[in-house]
Amino acid sequence: MTHSPFRRRTSRWATALAAGVGLTVAITGCSTGETPAESEGYSAPDSDLTAEITYAFWDATQQDAIEANIAGFNEEYPNITVNLDVTPWEGYWTKVQTQATSDTLPDLFWLNGPNFQLYASNGKVEPITGAVDAGAIDPANYPESLVDLYNLDGTQYGVPKDFDTIGLWFNKEIFEQAGVETPTADWTWDDLKSASQTISDELSDEGIYGVAAGMDGQTTYYNTIFQAGGEVVSEDGTTSGYDSDADREGLSLWTDLIASGASPSMPQLTDTPADQWFTSGKVGMFYGGSWARAAIGDSEVKDVVDVAPLPAGKEQATVIHGVSNVVAANSDNKQAAQALQVYLASEEAQTEQGDLGAIIPAFTGTQAAFAESYPGVNLQVFLDATAYARPLPVSKNSAAWNAVEAELLPDVFSGATDVDTATTDLAAQMTALLAKE
Amino acid sequence: MTRLRPNAPEGARLSARALRAGAEAHARKRDGLWPWLFVIPLLAGIALFYLWPILQTFYYSFTEWGVFGGSTWTGVDNYIRLVSDPDLYSALGNTLLYTGIVLLGIPLAVWLASLLNTPGLRFASFYRVLFFLPYIAMPTAIAMVWRIIFNGDFGILNYLLSLVGIDGPYWVSTPGIAIVAVAVVGLWSSLGFSMIVLGAGLTNISPEYYEAAELDGASPWRQFTSITVPLLTPSIFFVTIITVISSFQLFDLLYAILGSQNPILPKSLSLVYLFYQAGFVTNEKGYAAAIAMVIFVLIGFVTFLQFRFQKKWVSVD
Repeated sequence: MTHSPFRRRTSRWATALAAGVGLTVAITGCSTGETPAESEGYSAPDSDLTAEITYAFWDATQQDAIEANIAGFNEEYPNITVNLDVTPWEGYWTKVQTQATSDTLPDLFWLNGPNFQLYASNGKVEPITGAVDAGAIDPANYPESLVDLYNLDGTQYGVPKDFDTIGLWFNKEIFEQAGVETPTADWTWDDLKSASQTISDELSDEGIYGVAAGMDGQTTYYNTIFQAGGEVVSEDGTTSGYDSDADREGLSLWTDLIASGASPSMPQLTDTPADQWFTSGKVGMFYGGSWARAAIGDSEVKDVVDVAPLPAGKEQATVIHGVSNVVAANSDNKQAAQALQVYLASEEAQTEQGDLGAIIPAFTGTQAAFAESYPGVNLQVFLDATAYARPLPVSKNSAAWNAVEAELLPDVFSGATDVDTATTDLAAQMTALLAKE
Repeated sequence: MTRLRPNAPEGARLSARALRAGAEAHARKRDGLWPWLFVIPLLAGIALFYLWPILQTFYYSFTEWGVFGGSTWTGVDNYIRLVSDPDLYSALGNTLLYTGIVLLGIPLAVWLASLLNTPGLRFASFYRVLFFLPYIAMPTAIAMVWRIIFNGDFGILNYLLSLVGIDGPYWVSTPGIAIVAVAVVGLWSSLGFSMIVLGAGLTNISPEYYEAAELDGASPWRQFTSITVPLLTPSIFFVTIITVISSFQLFDLLYAILGSQNPILPKSLSLVYLFYQAGFVTNEKGYAAAIAMVIFVLIGFVTFLQFRFQKKWVSVD
């Protein structure tokens, strides 16, 4: 007869137990003091220093440029072995956080704005004060707003290795088809609205929309909030700006575009993200970062696109962000790691990054290669934008209120909640979270 | 059903026991540590990687964690917060809905398994492999394919529906529908495993029953309902337990099909996703531990109930 594995004396609980434990996590951690690390002096190591260090980052497309940098570094320090540890973005922060908890961070690793204060205030990363004092790194060489992003309470922990700003990518062919003038540097919100509406109306038979709203702050609504004169986090980092009129205006621009059909709807943009609408030639414009250059350059629309500055609201603004190389405070080979940090921030390494990578190097004057890397497309727009760029809004525990944004704002974009109700709720929750930091 | 031997008459058992008692005690002493030595590797593994983490998680569920470790005792605060967290109930509802839909796959699996077991069926192994493939494929790979199929504007599913005049929804970006879409994929990918287990159960049913039924003039349908299904109940029971447990652990399919950036994700959380979010996204490990304990107790309770009620429907030879 049939045999079920449970027919014999299996305990009822054994099964449940075995299943339940699959869910539990083994968390072993040692408590660490919540004080920022003290800076020690920095001096360049002897060229025969022997060490093995790990350098962790998430963007595999930059690996070639990074390997080239390290080859240059090894000409100076032939006995320092650098192991690269690439973890895709989705798992990067989980991994780094676990490593920080168990004090096994990679010697040198990428940190971004939203996570920086968390790591710095808990003493997980080493200040660069020593290197700055020794003249090995000069913060004046990098965009000021980004240098400030990696400064906590007057202490500098890193300098940006690259930066990205947002621009208005557009498809010239679609504009021509719809008989609309292409965007210029003088565009305002009204121009954006009327042009996208016309395109959606004219080309609706082909399923083409005027503009793709995005569901993500950095590329879309943070920009328009700044353009409306608003702020996401107050200057002193204690309150949320979401319940201000300016912030509401910044969000309403997008909800109006979606409601009027000038943009695809929220479900449509979830199934197919804004950048894919653009690269498949189904949308006339989209707010995209400088990093979109690579994906657009590989797509079917690559020969018919150009880019313009973001249309201005009350003021001109774009979000700027860039990652930084930071040294782990508990690194066993701190001197070697700092030497690499210094080298990667040098003009030589930065120029090489610009020539090889898909990124804009942060060192002032090394960006020429980027601007010329896409003939026919005015990439200079992304560099000029630094003049009026605003850093990505962050706080000590950005992830906490980013989660509230992700929970409440989709209902605004889908039209289920009105902007006023949602932003009042969002601001209250966010301010409460900021108070806990 | 769990008893191994028929009850011997009380008296006989007593006397036998008395006779054997001395010998057994002696034998036990002689065995000494040997039996333990053999099971220690297994026990040590279970204790270290299963029992100890459970105990730790239980302890941590009463604490609040710093982002990088260091915990402070907060008593039952996490649990108080949990019972008043609306996300818990929506996650529980989503998980139950998912489990319910995936369970519908079991009758389907019974039917398909009995079809595959038809005597003289050509290419039976080939079909078995075909049905089993989704089970061994990586959930992420499956999810990526289904995400494309489910695409509202350009997906093949809505294209096929449009051929028959149905305007399909945005499967993975409409609250309420997304969890059903994920459940359908879950059902589809668990079918292979259920069919293999049930198929093994089927081969254990003696052909004599069918011969006898045929002589009595029972139709194939009658044979299926009166012989196949009742005699298969132990296997069905096993598959149900496994399916319920794995459905309660829904995470990877949801994560991969909806995507972590999906704006409707907060409305489509499963219990384990809620745990993941608290533990690894918003950095609240103590709260996450409390969620894990709730999931643990829930699965234990549901499994316990199933064992209680199996007497009513699981037939034993």
